[in-house]
Amino acid sequence: MTESVQSQTLPIEPETAVEFKHRSPWLDVWHQFRSHKGAMAGVSVFTLIVLAVLLGPYIHDIDPQYLDYKSKNQGMSAVHPMGTDNLGRDMFAQVLAGGRTSLAVGVTAMALSLTLGTLVGVMAGFFTRLDGVLMRLTDLFLALPILPLLLVIIMLFRDALRSVFGPEIGIFMLIVFVIGITSWMQTARIVRGEVLALKERELVLAARSIGTRPHRLIFRHIFPNVLSPIMVSATLGVAAAIITESALSFLGLGFPSDFPTWGRLLFDGVPFLNINPARVIWPGLAISLTVLSVNYIGDGLRDAMDPRIRGR
Amino acid sequence: MLRYAVRRLLFAIPTLLVISFIIFALLDLAPSDPTAQLPLTIPEEVREMIKKSLGLGQPFHIRYLKWLEQFMVNEPLNLIEQYWNIQIGDSESRLRVRSWSTRAPVVDLIADRLPQTLSVVGISYIVAILIAVPIGVVSAYKQYSIFDQLGTFISMVGFSVPTFFTGTVLIVIFSVMLGWLPSIYDTTLEVTDVDSFIAQFKQMIMPVMVLGLFNAAQLSRFMRSSMLDNLNQEYVRTARSKGLSEPVVILVHVLRNSMIPVVTVIALGLPSTFAGAIITEQIFRINGVGQLLIGAIEGADIPTVQTVTFIFAILIVLFNLVADLLYGILDPRIRYD
Repeated sequence: MTESVQSQTLPIEPETAVEFKHRSPWLDVWHQFRSHKGAMAGVSVFTLIVLAVLLGPYIHDIDPQYLDYKSKNQGMSAVHPMGTDNLGRDMFAQVLAGGRTSLAVGVTAMALSLTLGTLVGVMAGFFTRLDGVLMRLTDLFLALPILPLLLVIIMLFRDALRSVFGPEIGIFMLIVFVIGITSWMQTARIVRGEVLALKERELVLAARSIGTRPHRLIFRHIFPNVLSPIMVSATLGVAAAIITESALSFLGLGFPSDFPTWGRLLFDGVPFLNINPARVIWPGLAISLTVLSVNYIGDGLRDAMDPRIRGR
Repeated sequence: MLRYAVRRLLFAIPTLLVISFIIFALLDLAPSDPTAQLPLTIPEEVREMIKKSLGLGQPFHIRYLKWLEQFMVNEPLNLIEQYWNIQIGDSESRLRVRSWSTRAPVVDLIADRLPQTLSVVGISYIVAILIAVPIGVVSAYKQYSIFDQLGTFISMVGFSVPTFFTGTVLIVIFSVMLGWLPSIYDTTLEVTDVDSFIAQFKQMIMPVMVLGLFNAAQLSRFMRSSMLDNLNQEYVRTARSKGLSEPVVILVHVLRNSMIPVVTVIALGLPSTFAGAIITEQIFRINGVGQLLIGAIEGADIPTVQTVTFIFAILIVLFNLVADLLYGILDPRIRYD
């Protein structure tokens, strides 16, 4: 066994040695990432979904809100690949339009939560004086009952925001804001841990000893080094935000019917479960596939960036 | 250990106070009017009187402190009185947190709904543990085998697919297509004989499985990685080299040590399972605490929302504490002093 392995690896050794010279750490991560089958499958499925959602409406150009009573509750056909709903609206066009909103909510909410989490984490890790206060704040947020509070906030402020910013932008801002502000805690904890460990390393000591100012130290030395856990948090954050948004919509407290997301389409389909189960299956499948592929990408990233936990 | 427990318990009190303040203030700041749903013909003076009778005439801090007193002092006293059948002080005139829409004490409403939620959440959690632990053990022991690959894939699918989708798919398959199980949970059903027990069993299967499989997916991942951590430790090699049989090594030595982090995860996950039950109750129309909350939110019944949300917060703080203490008790290497 060992002999055969040696005889195989020996001839190519000089080559790999040459190759290593040009490798950046990110290229290493990419090589590692490519060997994770699930992650690669996740990347292709997710790219497919994103492309379909972005370009699909130009190819399948039926207006998702167009009412066609004559052809209501239809099954799959060439004209309506996913059938139609009880008002004769094309389901495929609705799923594509809903996907745009769902993905937009996922990405924006993740960006907000990541910014908050990184800010709190770096501040708490870097400035000892802020550590206690910020970590108590994080603990407090972790102890809040998130789902009930989300429901309450949306219920109470929905109408006020809708009247100020209009129905679509208002509800989008509200949902992104509440998801972002209630999901930053894990990122903050992870980033804080990394910063605390990093602070004791020689590179920071060296930078400090030549008189680097704190903000420059953070942006030039601390931040790039904590980027990998942040990226993993980012992928998992997108998945979590999409799930939260669709759960809110499913409870009837998310987006309105005329501005649907996948969760809302599923919610609207539930009363018609007996006549037309496809109305529930398609949006549900879209949510599940997106979340599954994003979770696999996150898994692959984590394995690629931290070799110690590979395969866990 | 005891000192640590007492210190943590004392620290939980200010946390809960701050959370109760956040919940109360949030609901109070919001633009909502308890008389908004009443007919428009009611004159303004009467509306004012209705609001006063609901206790809205007083300034914010007085209302907050009164709510706190009713929830923290009066309600526990009532519970003690009912449980031991005794009378403490003047229990007739003691104020209780009352719902705006039904005028009944909120705690009584919750007590009505609690058995349904508890049975679904409790049984589903036990099912989750029973599924997750064996899967985690086998996939770690046979790492990279077909069973492991399949198990990891299924658990990944299990926690990526949201419960409201699995629930509706199960309804489509087992209620709409096959007609085997009821899609709506009948709470009036009382278990008296074998037939009613079977009916109860049938209507519990889907909600319990939906919630159980979702939790099992997460727990089995934890179980697997915790087993993998322990399998490479030196004490395992020692156990094997002194001639212990493989089942003893795995099931006695490795499993017991691997359960330490998993037990804390189980304790930590319980409150979020209660929150997750809100969605499950909505799918299967179980009139549990979650539905009470949704109904109260839709009807702007502020006292009910405040109380239920605060109970969720108490659960989270309590089980965080339980998890920390369990970790200290189970793992002798951890010393808190």
